[in-house]
Amino acid sequence: MLKFTEEHEWLKIEGGVATVGITVHAAEQLGDLVFVELPEVGATFSKGGDAATVESVKAASDVYCPLDGEIVEVNEAITADPSLVNGDPQGAGWFFKLKLANVADADGLMDEAAYKELVG
Amino acid sequence: MDGSSELKKTPLHALNVSLGGRMVPFAGYEMPVQYTAGVMKEHLHTRAAAGLFDVSHMGQVTVRARSGDNADAARALETLVPVDVVDLGEGRQRYALFTNDEGGILDDLMIANRGDHFYVVVNAACKDQDFAHMQAKIGDVCELTLHDDRALVALQGPRAESVLAELWADVSSMRFMDVRACDLHDADCIVSRSGYTGEDGFEISIPAHLAETVCRRLLDHPDVLPIGLGARDSLRLEAGLCLYGNDIDTCTTPVEGALEWAIQKVRRKGGEREGGFPGAAIILDQLETGAARRRVGLRAEGRAPVRAGAVLATDPEGENVVGTVTSGGFGPNIDGPVAMGYVTKAAIAPGTQLYAGVRGKFLPVTVAAMPFVKNTFKR
Repeated sequence: MLKFTEEHEWLKIEGGVATVGITVHAAEQLGDLVFVELPEVGATFSKGGDAATVESVKAASDVYCPLDGEIVEVNEAITADPSLVNGDPQGAGWFFKLKLANVADADGLMDEAAYKELVG
Repeated sequence: MDGSSELKKTPLHALNVSLGGRMVPFAGYEMPVQYTAGVMKEHLHTRAAAGLFDVSHMGQVTVRARSGDNADAARALETLVPVDVVDLGEGRQRYALFTNDEGGILDDLMIANRGDHFYVVVNAACKDQDFAHMQAKIGDVCELTLHDDRALVALQGPRAESVLAELWADVSSMRFMDVRACDLHDADCIVSRSGYTGEDGFEISIPAHLAETVCRRLLDHPDVLPIGLGARDSLRLEAGLCLYGNDIDTCTTPVEGALEWAIQKVRRKGGEREGGFPGAAIILDQLETGAARRRVGLRAEGRAPVRAGAVLATDPEGENVVGTVTSGGFGPNIDGPVAMGYVTKAAIAPGTQLYAGVRGKFLPVTVAAMPFVKNTFKR
């Protein structure tokens, strides 16, 4: 199940765990990333919490936790090479895996068609 | 109120949009922050080949003595800046600062001697205020004209000379800070060998209605890419150059800003034309005794950029604060974070270990000499 947030994150939800990243649209808007800071494995966040930070040449931006949950895995490859996010934001450039506190929370997020409408 | 309808457009606006420029508000203008290549590639391309920047938002002002004697205009300008304008030779340009009575900086600018007048380039955000300041202080002696009828572009990078030489062969005889009139593709242009990137290059003033034609000719060259404001900022930061409003302003003096090099001996204590500019007493004293704080370069040890506003402390807990970052970001050629900021006198020596507050943590940074990249001016 693929879901999207208004903050331009995507979630691929499988068995109660969401793989989270930023959308192609977000990656284009941010431009070339030069730094990514990921959360600690085991950290818990509420929806909207500052889970990660990305920096382009020009500016820093927060990546918000899309739903309540616990971080169970992070993608260290993107901290070593932030350009992976620009190259494949909805694939190899994923950020973290979030064990959802309540899987039903995802029902409130957008599907792909609704997100595409949002970004035009 | 819809702010976008208030934004001004440069004579190159249509070209910027057609080149894929991502337009953003800047200093009252709609300007390209980047083109399709993106900030990183644009930055690296400028240092490797040549980049073309639309800087038409900046203010171009001619200063003409009402007496007809250009020396009167030079003397009038010297009442506004702590710089030797009188001895600036015809066809030469010099960096200058408008100061206020407290010794603060109203703007930084370039002054060129064009023989029968002076030609001044000031920052976009300050141009109306600068023009009013000049009008009030020297308007009785000089006729001042703000040239909204001219575009200004910068062609910067190691290939800039060979690119411009295809339109104007004489360019090769110019050296750093020379200024000449020339005919580019039947346009009356003013070319200076200067810029804001630390690279060799040129700034070219072009009549507005011919600007797009001249720029298209330059962009036809395979070595040239259009470059936006994003890369302009990272390039000037790597070159250790101040951004007015960030690194210098009305609350910083030229000495605090580490810009003593801009104040020639003739205007200092014991000089032939000592003082005679706003804030002279404060600035001349600071030249002898130093200031309590100073602008320095900073290199971070990690990969996290340290940006403007970050607090600088001597300890990793961030308790003993000694300064603030005024500009910071990622340096593509350095391949790491670079920054500049103000620190107290005790912390200005290169190599001094400091800690910068970034998102609640204090990250190690080191005071470093600027420029971060070696400049390549053709002196």
